[in-house]
Amino acid sequence: MSLLERLTRRGVLEIAALLTAVGSTTRVYGQVPASPPEAPPARPRLASMQIQLRVNGTRHELIVDPRTTLLDTLREELGLSGTKKGCDHGQCGACTVLVNGSRRNACMSLAVARDGDEIVTVEGLAQGETLHDMQTAFVRQDAFQCGYCTPGQICSAVGMLAEVKSGMPSAVSGDLRATPALTAEEIRERMSGNICRCAAYPNIVAAIMAASAGRPT
Amino acid sequence: MRPFTYERPADIANATSAGSVPGARFIAGGTNLLDLMKIDVEKPAHLIDVSRLPLSEVSETDAGGLRIGAMVSNADLAAHARVRERYPMLSLALLNGASAQLRNQATTGGNLLQRTRCPYFYDTAKPCNKRQPGSGCSAMQGFNRMHAIIGASEACIAVHPSDMAVAMSALDAQIEVRSPGGAMRTVAIDELLRLPEDEPQRDHTLSTGELITAVTLPPPPPGKQTYRKVRDRASFAFALVSVAAVVDAEGGRVRSARFALGGVAHRPWRSLPAEQALSGQAARHAVYEAAATVALTGAQGHGHNDFKIPLATRTVARALSDVTGRG
Repeated sequence: MSLLERLTRRGVLEIAALLTAVGSTTRVYGQVPASPPEAPPARPRLASMQIQLRVNGTRHELIVDPRTTLLDTLREELGLSGTKKGCDHGQCGACTVLVNGSRRNACMSLAVARDGDEIVTVEGLAQGETLHDMQTAFVRQDAFQCGYCTPGQICSAVGMLAEVKSGMPSAVSGDLRATPALTAEEIRERMSGNICRCAAYPNIVAAIMAASAGRPT
Repeated sequence: MRPFTYERPADIANATSAGSVPGARFIAGGTNLLDLMKIDVEKPAHLIDVSRLPLSEVSETDAGGLRIGAMVSNADLAAHARVRERYPMLSLALLNGASAQLRNQATTGGNLLQRTRCPYFYDTAKPCNKRQPGSGCSAMQGFNRMHAIIGASEACIAVHPSDMAVAMSALDAQIEVRSPGGAMRTVAIDELLRLPEDEPQRDHTLSTGELITAVTLPPPPPGKQTYRKVRDRASFAFALVSVAAVVDAEGGRVRSARFALGGVAHRPWRSLPAEQALSGQAARHAVYEAAATVALTGAQGHGHNDFKIPLATRTVARALSDVTGRG
């Protein structure tokens, strides 16, 4: 169901009015019904909000219901269905994206709270037809079976390597003050927010090892 | 999700003023509040996004401690050089909590105020005194493996889920709070978080509109620190029992020790008598077990969680032994 379909008719008309005011940079998907409004709903008036997101390098001006998550915005408003909805409760990691370079669960952010932020999804990792090293490594190491968790795994792994590079310790790092080394144990701990129900974990660890060593192929 | 309005105030004064309106809630990382809104446990009419308030600094205090802004992320705090160097139990506690994605998003203030993960609190079809005061406690006679063994009441046996708060309790953290009138007050973490008594709907002692702005740590206590967490999975799971401990020992004798337990009560569990009993004692496993027994005086299981009492005793003894060597 699209965002617009979820809104009340009154809310839709408000958006239509807003759109007129916002101008041509706004991108909105779905049909605006032409029929007149029915009796106003009994629940509080929806206050749709205008936000701006930069997603995979492209700027989007959007009108969103404040209840919409970043995940639903990416998938349903921007058509970027690479980011997957698994649990929708921050437990599985299938929706992992990079927000201002930091890996986050897209289901655990309201879109309005990400106003002005820079988002990278799995669609934004490749350069044209050239896959990101992490994507290549996942393919070469056969690091998946059904593939549903894979976009989240890949985005998470990219964010994780940046964290290691910045010196972020983990729960298994031993000496907290030392520069962390990327062992298999470290990868398993640091990737524990990404669940793979096919249990492709051994090859996911191998893929991340390969990508981090700069030998994805 | 129920409809709500949303605003992002420019400063703390506007935030606390907006927060004093009934039905309003502060949101920062949102990793707990948004989750609970999706399942209709939390139903705010208005959200005040405080995540961009200028509260993301970690700075040294004149007293030789650390002042942590309420919006510092769990990840940034765990990785902060001063925390790793001088408060390693806090780094470890943070790194043992949640997942990397959640630690990147979750904040210091929000971590303190996160709500219990009691499954009956989450299940709107079941009675829960915390969610719906007066409706009853489903956990008392239900599946209570994860629940409290100490400090609980007939009304509620939920536990506080934070790892960070356990370390902060052992470190005697002070919480800076700003009220809607602009006044600032400071409250000890063990006074911020409360036991359920007959009002389990109140997790904490903040008033409406009060906003946590910082957590201040006194200079680190002498000795070696650790954080030990026992859980069902090796990673990304809440504690069955956890222990934050610091022991100053020399020549096989304990000079001073502090420890706090997580996963056992409605707030991090400290026992000053147990800590005082350790002073001057031999740094030995049996002594640590005896101190743990003092700390757990009055502990009571509810069936499925009976195992937590011996587990907590052993985890305290093991944590204390880890920092002083086996004896």
